[in-house]
Amino acid sequence: MKTHVSTVVNGDAVEFLCSPSDTLLHALRNEIGLTGTKEGCGSGDCGACSVMLDGALVCSCLVLGVEAQGSQVETIEGIAHQDKLHVIQEKFLEHAALQCGICTPGLIVSTKALLEENPAPTEEEARYYLAGNLCRCTGYDKIIKAVMDAADVMRQGA
Amino acid sequence: MAALTYHAPNSIDDAIKILADASLPPKVLSGGTDLIIQMQRPKAPESLVVDVKKIPGMRDAEWSEDGLTLGPAMSCAEFTKRQDIKSIFPGLVEAAYLIGSTQVQGRASLGGNLCNASPAADTIPALIANRAICVIQGPSGTRVVPVEAFVTGVGKNCLEQGELLAALTLARPEPGTADAYLRFIPRTEMDIAVAGAAVSLTLDSRGVCRNARIAIGAVAPTAILVPAAEDILVGERISDEVLAGVAQAASDAASPISDRRGTVEFRRHVVGVLTKRATLIAAERAGAQL
Amino acid sequence: MSEAREYQHIGQRTIRPDGFDKVTGKANYGADLSIPGMIWGAILRSPHAHAKITSLDVSEAEAHPDVFAVATYQDFPSVNAEAVAAGTARKDLFDTAANVLADTKVLYHGHAIAAVAARTEAAAQAALELIQVAYEVLDPVLTIDAAIKDGAALLHDNMMTQGLLEPASAASNIAARMELKKGDIDLGFEAADIIVERSYETPTVHQGYIEPHATTVRFDDNGPSMIWCPTQGHFDVRARVAQLLNMELGQIKVVASEIGGGFGGKTTVYLEPVALILSKKSGRPVKMTMSREDVFRASGPASASQSKVKIGAKSDGTITAMQASLHYEAGAFKGSPMGPGCMTIFTPYDVENMYVEGFDVVVNKPKAAAYRAPGAPQAEFAAEMAVNELASKLGMDPIDLRLKNAAKEGTQTIYGPKLKTVGLEACLLAAKSSPHYQSTLQENAGRGLAAGFWFNIGGQSSVMIHLNPDGTGSIIEGSPDIGGSRASMQMMAAEVLGVSPSTLNPIVADTEHVAYNQTTGGSRTTFATGMAVIEAAEDIVDQLKARAAELWNVTPEQVDYKNGVAYNLSSDERLSLAEICAKAEKTGGQITGRANINARGAGPSFAVHLCDVQVDPETGKTDVLRYTAIQDAGKAIHPSYVEGQFQGGAVQGIGWALNEEYVYSADGVMENAGFLDYRIPLASDLPEIETIIVEVPNSFHPFGVRGVGETGIVPPLAAVGTAVSEAIGLPITSLPCSPPKLLELIMKRG
Repeated sequence: MKTHVSTVVNGDAVEFLCSPSDTLLHALRNEIGLTGTKEGCGSGDCGACSVMLDGALVCSCLVLGVEAQGSQVETIEGIAHQDKLHVIQEKFLEHAALQCGICTPGLIVSTKALLEENPAPTEEEARYYLAGNLCRCTGYDKIIKAVMDAADVMRQGA
Repeated sequence: MAALTYHAPNSIDDAIKILADASLPPKVLSGGTDLIIQMQRPKAPESLVVDVKKIPGMRDAEWSEDGLTLGPAMSCAEFTKRQDIKSIFPGLVEAAYLIGSTQVQGRASLGGNLCNASPAADTIPALIANRAICVIQGPSGTRVVPVEAFVTGVGKNCLEQGELLAALTLARPEPGTADAYLRFIPRTEMDIAVAGAAVSLTLDSRGVCRNARIAIGAVAPTAILVPAAEDILVGERISDEVLAGVAQAASDAASPISDRRGTVEFRRHVVGVLTKRATLIAAERAGAQL
Repeated sequence: MSEAREYQHIGQRTIRPDGFDKVTGKANYGADLSIPGMIWGAILRSPHAHAKITSLDVSEAEAHPDVFAVATYQDFPSVNAEAVAAGTARKDLFDTAANVLADTKVLYHGHAIAAVAARTEAAAQAALELIQVAYEVLDPVLTIDAAIKDGAALLHDNMMTQGLLEPASAASNIAARMELKKGDIDLGFEAADIIVERSYETPTVHQGYIEPHATTVRFDDNGPSMIWCPTQGHFDVRARVAQLLNMELGQIKVVASEIGGGFGGKTTVYLEPVALILSKKSGRPVKMTMSREDVFRASGPASASQSKVKIGAKSDGTITAMQASLHYEAGAFKGSPMGPGCMTIFTPYDVENMYVEGFDVVVNKPKAAAYRAPGAPQAEFAAEMAVNELASKLGMDPIDLRLKNAAKEGTQTIYGPKLKTVGLEACLLAAKSSPHYQSTLQENAGRGLAAGFWFNIGGQSSVMIHLNPDGTGSIIEGSPDIGGSRASMQMMAAEVLGVSPSTLNPIVADTEHVAYNQTTGGSRTTFATGMAVIEAAEDIVDQLKARAAELWNVTPEQVDYKNGVAYNLSSDERLSLAEICAKAEKTGGQITGRANINARGAGPSFAVHLCDVQVDPETGKTDVLRYTAIQDAGKAIHPSYVEGQFQGGAVQGIGWALNEEYVYSADGVMENAGFLDYRIPLASDLPEIETIIVEVPNSFHPFGVRGVGETGIVPPLAAVGTAVSEAIGLPITSLPCSPPKLLELIMKRG
């Protein structure tokens, strides 16, 4: 038996059907068609499926789709405004903070959450906040540089 | 993934009724960071999921004259942001902060960590050290159980069918009291504790320990108190000798296993080191001049 | 070529052309494609590490209404039909088939046995329960020692050791032996004043790419069947699947999706042939994905190793002899990187007398796959640790000892060629003058240094560049972009054509739209595919000159082309690339440049890494305090991505050295098959990874490029290992330097 779920994703009202056992990650990717959110582990250990759920940064593989009923979900697809990239996205590109790019959506969602919570993180704070986002390509160096640079620019803009 | 039926009741009474009447094995969903993984395992049994996050009060934390009443479904992310709690129970907040990643903390709750009853749970030793009490509601009313009695074994707790952990209460500590929690993991984040130690101390104005409560984790089927270490501390000022005794007492109290995360010898040794270091931090927080 | 050459685009830090899609979630990776009518496949995996399959009954699953098809080993036509007697290539094919769906034995926990395609993912998983398998469980063989001891259970009853001096007389778990020599090793040791001898071991580790294997396929009887998958080599997927399913290359189209990391682990097939069988049998498109647990249990780990190293030197530091015996775990089927291990181990040294022997040993673990400089990290870990011990015994600075013996132009390698111009000495000197090496070490810390070598390869690449009537264009290449290579292709083409890189759109084409390209591996893409891009762009320049000549009514020799503009040498007329394209209609139609090459002369790359660590004496926990990676890139096309390769390799090596390892139970079950307990480095585990790009141009490449992707994972094992040794005052001989292991050493030391 599938359950009907009404939710808001990136500001758009969305309705979908899912089994109560389906995760939000599954619903986003397979029911709503938003494949920008990636699955790396399915157990909350890699952060590739990071999304915002009612203002909290979560792994969408550790949320049931039915829990999204009446919630606000934000995914990587909602971060740029049409063709205008968010500063964080621009800085990831400028600093070559991605190689293969599979962890990038999750990292950008997490970085946005970090900078909304703490607009002036130290490098160490950024590294700990983002510890749940695994990247196997970059060694994190350029990611952290992109995050710190984005934080600077966002503070100046604020 | 196992088939399941999902309920999200709006009151404790409704939750208790659903749990009591359940024909399938009932599972309480709080943060889901353990539960959803367990349910995804192949051959996981069909179950009835009761999401308690929509019940008023389940995600709140409020102070009264006596102390703190904590909604067990409050996420660690919300909990660790509460400066009012951190200023009184810094060790407990640190324990919550150590659970998983930022993402996991966005969902995981203290109540879930407690009910899941992993031997390696970070908040359980910290709750025990702070004498936290579980308020349990069920079809036959309310009962209270101290945290150390709530957990009965690996993955087991004392809840009966139809019962729900409704709140955790922590008494306001007397002056001169402070806590600390440390765990050992191979990396800096993300891992499950290989060993953990929580300490709550009360020092008098001369720095003499008047009260101590020490709980260690991941070195026995459940978190355990270490009365021998408490006895060494009480009546003493913090010194290298006292700390060495505390470490030894904690190591002696441990009965760990060897697994992929650590060996018996390693866990036994390291839990002593952690207990010693946590004692030192708690003492400093309690005002000891060291 | 001139070292002082000025470039317009090469060496700039441009924005990668595929970047927008990758930061917005638009880029499509392996699991992102769904096709209408698609069904889902799932795989039944062995619960035993070593067992005979005594019966396999899929009838109940086949009969289930949700199930559309079931596949087993018997569905491979070529393997099934023919005896295994044929040559090596066929035998390898046999191994590939038996790895993706087990034949008569299961050889590791997680070994695929049968596959089901059903209406939904959940239905496919549920249907696996309906398959009945009976096993005769055998003793698992989990270590090199267990595999080579007398009376060991045999994984393959007929496997005779290849490469022995006398032909093998009995079956064995040693698949092959090899030896390499140079000079006279005995004389070398006789000439030595000091000898260092020690054994080392490294664990089974995983490449750890974040994207699990996934594929969506559609079998088509009337046209090419389609395979969509994340792979480092879609042409090789096509070849493997064609061989396994007895199809022609033209009957299969492989589309390389965006790829979420590979590091060598996505150079073979797992799901693709199985999915295509299911699609053929069901008549529907089929999608399959691996879980993270499947990835650990059944895809490419890198070989565990045991190495014995012996080094002799004069008291002035001149090394007189280097000897090694290397054992590599191949996993369930032969083919560990024992060969490259033997070839690379001592290549950083110009030493007269060398002897290396290697053994390829099968064990009940997943079949090893390539992992970034396959074989080299294990071997060079042993060599570099021993060289550092030698330096310490001689009281010499480890850089000075290496400089005294460093491989350079003209050094005879143990594996054949003499080295051309290489950058090892330059890297060592850069290390010596680096801020890191000059800095004072913190209290209780240790510092380690190690060198590393990797060959790099060239090989076949095919590229076309199409120009549009407005002068923009597209670069059609066939090398999956695993870390930003589209950007370097764009820059190299732009450099030759004298246009802005952003006017050229690089496209990684499927196997139908570009000619054969070798796999993205061996650090070959920027070198070899880059060379093809340059050649295709030069082909365009020739055509542009001819077109301009036609418009000016002069000969092409009277036309010069510079910075995107054609000049008429006999007048002051000029035409830009865009203007020539706009008039292409009048000069014979549109313009395409092409190149099909087999690139030779890949320049080897050397690196030197520096690492400072601190070890908690009470817990054995290691913190990396500072890290610097120095490497010869020949010429860095896009410095940011070159640095990124150094940093990524360094951090994978740090993980290998400190915490990563497969943990097995006694009965052969991997106990840490997830990112929770297979501990790859986190952002919070690491300091900044400083980099120094050394540029000693490779004379075989027009811009001087050397591959940079792999070398960076070679030095960290010994750099970290030595730093830990220094910090605790005891020799490290076994990786990982996990806290329990270090604490035990520290406690024994007292």
